[in-house]
Amino acid sequence: MDKTTEKAPRPNNQTSVFVQRKRTFTLAFLGVAALFVVSAVVTNYEIIGGLESIPKAVIWMAQHFVPNAKAWSRLPYILSKLVETALVSVAVTVCAAICAFFFSLLGTKTTRTAPWIARIVRIIAAFFRNVPDVVWAILLLFSFGQNILTGFFALFFSTFGMLTRTFIETIDEVSASCVEALYATGATSLQTVFNGVIPSSLPEIVSWVLYMIETNIRSSTLIGILTATGIGYLFDLYYKRMDYSSASLVVISIVILVIAIEILSNKIRKVIM
Amino acid sequence: MPILEFKNVSKVYNNITKALTDISFSVYEGEFVSIIGPSGSGKSTILRCINRLVDVTQGSIIFDGHDINKADKKEIRQVRKKAGMIFQHYNLVDRLSVIENVLHGRLGYKSVMSGVIGHYTEEEKEKAFQILAMLGLTEQAYKRCDELSGGQKQRVGIARSLMQEPRLILCDEPIASLDPSSSKIIMDHLSDINETMKITCIANLHQVDVALKYAKRIIGITAGQIVYDGPPEKLTRSKIYEIYQSDEGELITDVK
Repeated sequence: MDKTTEKAPRPNNQTSVFVQRKRTFTLAFLGVAALFVVSAVVTNYEIIGGLESIPKAVIWMAQHFVPNAKAWSRLPYILSKLVETALVSVAVTVCAAICAFFFSLLGTKTTRTAPWIARIVRIIAAFFRNVPDVVWAILLLFSFGQNILTGFFALFFSTFGMLTRTFIETIDEVSASCVEALYATGATSLQTVFNGVIPSSLPEIVSWVLYMIETNIRSSTLIGILTATGIGYLFDLYYKRMDYSSASLVVISIVILVIAIEILSNKIRKVIM
Repeated sequence: MPILEFKNVSKVYNNITKALTDISFSVYEGEFVSIIGPSGSGKSTILRCINRLVDVTQGSIIFDGHDINKADKKEIRQVRKKAGMIFQHYNLVDRLSVIENVLHGRLGYKSVMSGVIGHYTEEEKEKAFQILAMLGLTEQAYKRCDELSGGQKQRVGIARSLMQEPRLILCDEPIASLDPSSSKIIMDHLSDINETMKITCIANLHQVDVALKYAKRIIGITAGQIVYDGPPEKLTRSKIYEIYQSDEGELITDVK
């Protein structure tokens, strides 16, 4: 850089961007810090005590959460329940995805539906999505009892809500331009959906479905505890019997399954994208 | 009788933005019309009014003897079938093959179900390959569109519109995203289609020199109003400056 005594001109009467950035960061930092302090005070949370208990928890887990011979003998049974849970999750996700796809078409701009229909679709999707799956499970326990259907519908509703919303966004983002061209050829909405929307958004849609399968396998464990079905029930059973070794084997097998599914779906994504 | 007639057409977006104000002009069969004007002056809106991708606020548009503003859903399909459209960003289904994209031009002619399952007759496929051969895309027919270059994609766009057996082709900035050599290929094809197949062409163009070279008639639009309508020879320099509302000597163009 050559040294010039004269300074380059800067915009008049406007706050410098650099000053503004600093101000924003300082405010954001103070805000987060204040939130933490306030919530810690309100809930009587002891920061130091909390941190101190971490090593203790780790030591307790290392002592009790180790599969022993008795636990290993239960492995075939655990695996059968694990497979059952995984298959239910896959079935739920696929069913919900098919319903969500056709429902989301009503909410996208690509089908040129009236704006009020699109708004209703979004509201319904938001309702299903914002009620957590565990709450759905508890509500449905009244109608179906401790049954596998309860878990099925609980996952179905939350997946349906989540996927409807993501499908609407994906479809609008990916296929807007070719949809315009297809309508311009004189194609009907249904023809446009099958010739334009589905081919261009299918990879993204499959990717979202794979992600929901992963999520649902995790969630189904928790829901299984409530509905007394699947791998979640098994974990709950061993845990309440204080058979921590068997419970740990359940946890380990779930973790391995979820990781395996994640690796598999990443492979599938690479192929289809 | 003109093939297309705009009668006092106005378009207002969202009750605020005036896109077109009292536009009237006629286009006759076989004409090659170029619409020029600054960005946002309403060029795209004019084209999209013709095939009812956009509904006009006032006035009437007569295309091929039909008042298209009074058309119901079924009649709109008929109008769109007869008016092919090509786009600046090609608007192809990128993940499908070239030949499938070309065959999309037949959707307006098909029953809903055969369009949905993508069933095309042998004659339609034969016609698609003929059009691709004419545009020099035979070897690309089975390739996916996202493997093509911009110029090739635009030729697929032209093929798709020709598949419609249109009476009119609407070109919305057909060369705005292309390099000069691809641009020339595209414009030569359009001009060839216009002359040999007698298909009327209306093209929105940013490049004044291209418009002057290819079009037989120029319509200049500024802020939603027609400020020039006539042959390219009579389009004077000062008129061009008026269209682009720019001071003399501030335009990038080679016009004498």
